[in-house]
Amino acid sequence: MADVDKKMLTQFLLRMGDNTLILGHRVSEWCGHAPVLEEDIALANTALDLIGQTQFWLGYAAEIMGDSKTADDVAFLRDVWDFRNLLLLELPNGDFGQTLMRQFLFDSYQSILLPRLMKSSDQHIAEIAEKSSKEVAYHVERSAETVVGLGDGTEESHARMQAALDRLWPYVGEMFSSDEVDAAMAAAGIAPDPATLREEYDALIGKVLAEATLSIPDSDFTHKGGRNGATHTEHLGHLLTQMQWLQRAYPGATW
Amino acid sequence: MYAQMIKSEASTEDPKQLKEFQAKIDDNIKVEPRDWMPEGYRKTLIRQIGQHAHSEIVGQLPEGNWITRAPTLERKMILLAKVQDEAGHGLYLYAAAETLGVSRDDLTEQLLSGKMKYSSIFNYPTLNWADIGAVGWLVDGAAIMNQVPLQRTSYGPYSRAMIRICKEESFHQRQGYDIMMKMAQGTETQKKMAQDALNRLWYPSLMMFGPSDAESVHSTQNMAWKIKMNTNDELRQKFVDQTVPQAQYLGLTIPDENLTWNEEKGGYDYSDPDWSEFFDVLKGNGPCNVDRLEARNKAWDDGAWVRDGLMAHAEKKRAAKTAAE
Repeated sequence: MADVDKKMLTQFLLRMGDNTLILGHRVSEWCGHAPVLEEDIALANTALDLIGQTQFWLGYAAEIMGDSKTADDVAFLRDVWDFRNLLLLELPNGDFGQTLMRQFLFDSYQSILLPRLMKSSDQHIAEIAEKSSKEVAYHVERSAETVVGLGDGTEESHARMQAALDRLWPYVGEMFSSDEVDAAMAAAGIAPDPATLREEYDALIGKVLAEATLSIPDSDFTHKGGRNGATHTEHLGHLLTQMQWLQRAYPGATW
Repeated sequence: MYAQMIKSEASTEDPKQLKEFQAKIDDNIKVEPRDWMPEGYRKTLIRQIGQHAHSEIVGQLPEGNWITRAPTLERKMILLAKVQDEAGHGLYLYAAAETLGVSRDDLTEQLLSGKMKYSSIFNYPTLNWADIGAVGWLVDGAAIMNQVPLQRTSYGPYSRAMIRICKEESFHQRQGYDIMMKMAQGTETQKKMAQDALNRLWYPSLMMFGPSDAESVHSTQNMAWKIKMNTNDELRQKFVDQTVPQAQYLGLTIPDENLTWNEEKGGYDYSDPDWSEFFDVLKGNGPCNVDRLEARNKAWDDGAWVRDGLMAHAEKKRAAKTAAE
């Protein structure tokens, strides 16, 4: 493994794992409530993949943190300020359109990031990226297809998808807002500086959203504070009260 | 058992044709969608397969209730996979019902309006984490009792759906029992959760088989058609005999003071569930009937724009393709 500050590496791994954990949680809230049976299956499958990826990322983070911590400890025993996920992913689901738009915006990011991580100087990260990238390729294909279908569907579905994009757009820029953790990862050849992925990302989503007849809002304002943990939304705390309830109420139990 | 109290429909066809049909079933020749079949056979099967499919769909709700609160990442994944399997079972079963000339949308409408039923068990709540174990152990256990013989049912598409479903259900049952093991070997509170789950779900699980039907005309007809393979009492007895030693192994107590081994019959004597409660649940008065139907109706109504949007897009694409040709 490349020589890199362990704390920095941990931060990077938490960003990866918290993204998949928090989005996986949100997607799993749909279970049994989707618009059509095929979507129930697809959403459960997406959540399952995301939680599976979480086990790898947080498992590795736990290993570096030491103290015989496990991925479960990292997932269930940290508070809001320790989480490093993008704000976009902790927002409530909204309607099905907003859920799928968020999925598409995130899947597109992952579909560009993971192939880069497959070439990471850190062998373990390269392996996790390789495993995850197959799932992500399928996720982005499906979420893009759905965004196009609903954007270019009826007047109502178009209006709802445009509203979803308008609502979520101010949270997209955070994916690319680099800081010292990213600089350290890039210097060690572990991960690319996310700012360098923006052009490819814009091209990818631009193509899909155009096909969906949706307009990207004319604003580059960005909410920040998730990936560095400085200012999460109010929503994350509520999510954790549910996700971590059993572990907090019955500490030390084996399930 | 996900289909309960299925009434058979009388058949008014030519006696000679009916006799030939019965002979085919007696010879274990599968009936396929294009084959002639009595109208009563077709309608009864639609009712049974439809009710089974609805049970899979509504059954997502009590288990989905714990996905966001699962205690470990692994348990969360197992539960997600299970609920996904159930939605998949719903899909195969609706597809099997469609081969009998009814559409999935029609069946869905009948579920949402309350005209068609789903298994009474899903009108009970999942209140603590051990319930997720108990659902797998008891509810899937009871379902398997019924579904294993149905792999040999006379209608080809139903039989094939059952073969696929049974493979997955036995996984689910083992996973459920594994949760119960962890709970039973856990802290005092975990043991209490496990016993609480068993106390609440034991009798509703026995009810899954339906009231005694040894004397029922419907049961006799359905058994002759091999839509039903055993009587309700036979299956219930088998379930009790299988489950009691498992509960003993867990160190849990079956909530039945009359439970005793009967050497003569080679099975347990046990108390009947309260059948008035069962009929109340069927009438809509179970603890969760209203919640379950509300949740399904809300999902369907809120999703209307999605289904319409995707249909409209598919239509546009088809029109564009035709124009290009």
